[in-house]
Amino acid sequence: MQVVVCVKQIPDPSGTYTLDPETHFLVRPDEQVLDDTDRYGVEMGLQIAQAHGGSVTLVSMGPKGSMQGIRQALAMGADRAVVVDDADLKGSDALTTAQVLAAAIQRTGFDLVITGTESTDGYSGVVPQMLAELLDVPALTYATEVEARDGKVTINRQTSAGYDVVEASLPAVVSVTAGVVEPRYPTFKGIMDAKKKEVEELTASDLGVDTSLRQRVTAVEPAPEREAGVKIEDDGEAHLKVVELLQQKKVI
Amino acid sequence: MASVWVFIEEEDGAPATVGLELLTKARSLGDVTVVYSGPGSDQAFATLGEHGAARVLHADPGDALPSAPVAAAIAARCESEAPDLILFGQTYTDRDVAGRLAARLGRSVLSNASDVELRDEAVVTTHEISGGTQIATAEVAGEKPHIVLVRPKSFPVEPAGGGAPQVEKLDLPDVGRSAARIVEHHVEEREGPQLEDAAVIVSGGRGLGSAEAFGMVERLAKLLNAATGATRAIVDAGWVPYAMQVGQTGKTVKPDVYIACGISGAMQHLVGMKDSKTIIAINKDPDAPIFSIADLGIVGDVHNVLPKLIEALENR
Ligand SMILES: Cc1cc2nc3c(=O)[nH]c(=O)nc-3n(C[C@H](O)[C@H](O)[C@H](O)COP(=O)(O)OP(=O)(O)OC[C@H]3O[C@@H](n4cnc5c(N)ncnc54)[C@H](O)[C@@H]3O)c2cc1C
Ligand SMILES: Nc1ncnc2c1ncn2[C@@H]1O[C@H](COP(=O)(O)O)[C@@H](O)[C@H]1O
Repeated sequence: MQVVVCVKQIPDPSGTYTLDPETHFLVRPDEQVLDDTDRYGVEMGLQIAQAHGGSVTLVSMGPKGSMQGIRQALAMGADRAVVVDDADLKGSDALTTAQVLAAAIQRTGFDLVITGTESTDGYSGVVPQMLAELLDVPALTYATEVEARDGKVTINRQTSAGYDVVEASLPAVVSVTAGVVEPRYPTFKGIMDAKKKEVEELTASDLGVDTSLRQRVTAVEPAPEREAGVKIEDDGEAHLKVVELLQQKKVI
Repeated sequence: MASVWVFIEEEDGAPATVGLELLTKARSLGDVTVVYSGPGSDQAFATLGEHGAARVLHADPGDALPSAPVAAAIAARCESEAPDLILFGQTYTDRDVAGRLAARLGRSVLSNASDVELRDEAVVTTHEISGGTQIATAEVAGEKPHIVLVRPKSFPVEPAGGGAPQVEKLDLPDVGRSAARIVEHHVEEREGPQLEDAAVIVSGGRGLGSAEAFGMVERLAKLLNAATGATRAIVDAGWVPYAMQVGQTGKTVKPDVYIACGISGAMQHLVGMKDSKTIIAINKDPDAPIFSIADLGIVGDVHNVLPKLIEALENR
């Protein structure tokens, strides 16, 4: 089974994000981390490849920087990585991203493509579906459980009321939610091995993807602030303030 | 007049609420056609008419996962009818259909919009970013239709008093190897008021310390006839089902009162509840970000405050 996992490097989410004042694009430092939501995809991919034989290839678009995030995913056990880095891709929308990823995945070959449900920095939440359409395969989305073998894939698809069991033939794209599996921590050996693994670097023109921008952010302004409320230290009686407010709001 | 299409999914036999929100907005933007996905019924169509749909294109995917066939059918119609704008909700199935449709048509998608306007040849959208502390304006010009995903609860639902719409069947093509099938539905048991329409919500986060402690949230909710909500942290930890998650990847809520217990107030949580009318937060860290939007903030331990609050309410 040829498994491809789409992973994104993002600025460390515990820091503050900076936007370029002119273009409003996210400023991406050299040191980026693996998007936490993608760790679930990597783990899922590794488990499927290990259970049924096969390989895991990472595909990523964005400035490669120090490649810390990619190495992190390789250290978990992925076999190789394809990184598409091209200055012309700055500010790409979801569709260009999906076109780039789809072209890179076609080149690699695939039975199963795994993605997250939304990225932490962009959260457009439509890249997996676009990818599936471009690859002409089903998109089994928001998976909380995945089984893939014998040419078939079955998932539990999260819904607002519970979940649906959805099945399709391989090849397919599956997007996985956080919590689908417990991502492993890289071992020391994994970290050492990752340094020797193959990372192929490509540009948008290698893949024949048009990079012209379709959407632009015209302004970013501070939102009107919510009026500050009161903050009190619990002295053992603070719950009475809650009761008072609930009465005032006619909840009780 | 611009031609505006609204994609609406059927939920429990009726149009999804977010769809009626979009329909209400769409009326002010142009002539409205609804693309309705689900089994459909005269009553459901009447509801759409009442909210301003003059015409309904009805797609019934049966047990097929809607995304591929419905997107293909809409794309085909776009060729012959050339709508200016198609609105979707930022929800699961809507995202699936919108994503596939946009890729098929080669169009951009504007995600997570909280408002949308048509200006000349462009669509202009508003987005709340950084947990709602900043407002971004985005624009897509060029080829139509423009495709926009709007966050639930961005617009009120207002009936327009229209009659029954004209309903046309939307034939779904065979999508070959892109097909997927739904083989089972599982509905989680939910008691009491639903998160989406409760007037009061009591939510819990990791600060509760354990799944058992969520019982305090449930008891409080019961006393206030409230719905229970949760952060992603405790959903991922398996303490409560996903259906309770509030936030960017969960539900958007706007109750009269939101009580946050042991919740830090991460951006992705705030974006789903910051428009609640009154926010009460209990957190032992005085610097927790949730306090920046709370009308009443209590710096304290949930294990002290909640039992006393529950007792005080029980003794009333
Ligand atoms: C792409 C993406 C999407 C996301 N979507 C969502 C989403 O939809 N919804 C969501 O909620 N999150 C979402 N998150 C996660 C979000 O970033 C936070 O991790 C999450 O909201 C934190 O949950 P929490 O407040 O329960 O936990 P924590 O951040 O761990 O906070 C726990 C709080 O409890 C307080 N506390 C501890 N002990 C006590 C005590 N005894 N008494 C009182 N207070 C106490 C602590 O001071 C702390 O502030 C998303 C993240 C990503 C990357
Ligand atoms: N630039 C990228 N490189 C690799 N994978 C990506 C990229 N952007 C999005 N993805 C994948 O698509 C998922 C959804 O992202 P998004 O649609 O941007 O919210 C992510 O969790 C990734 O798995």
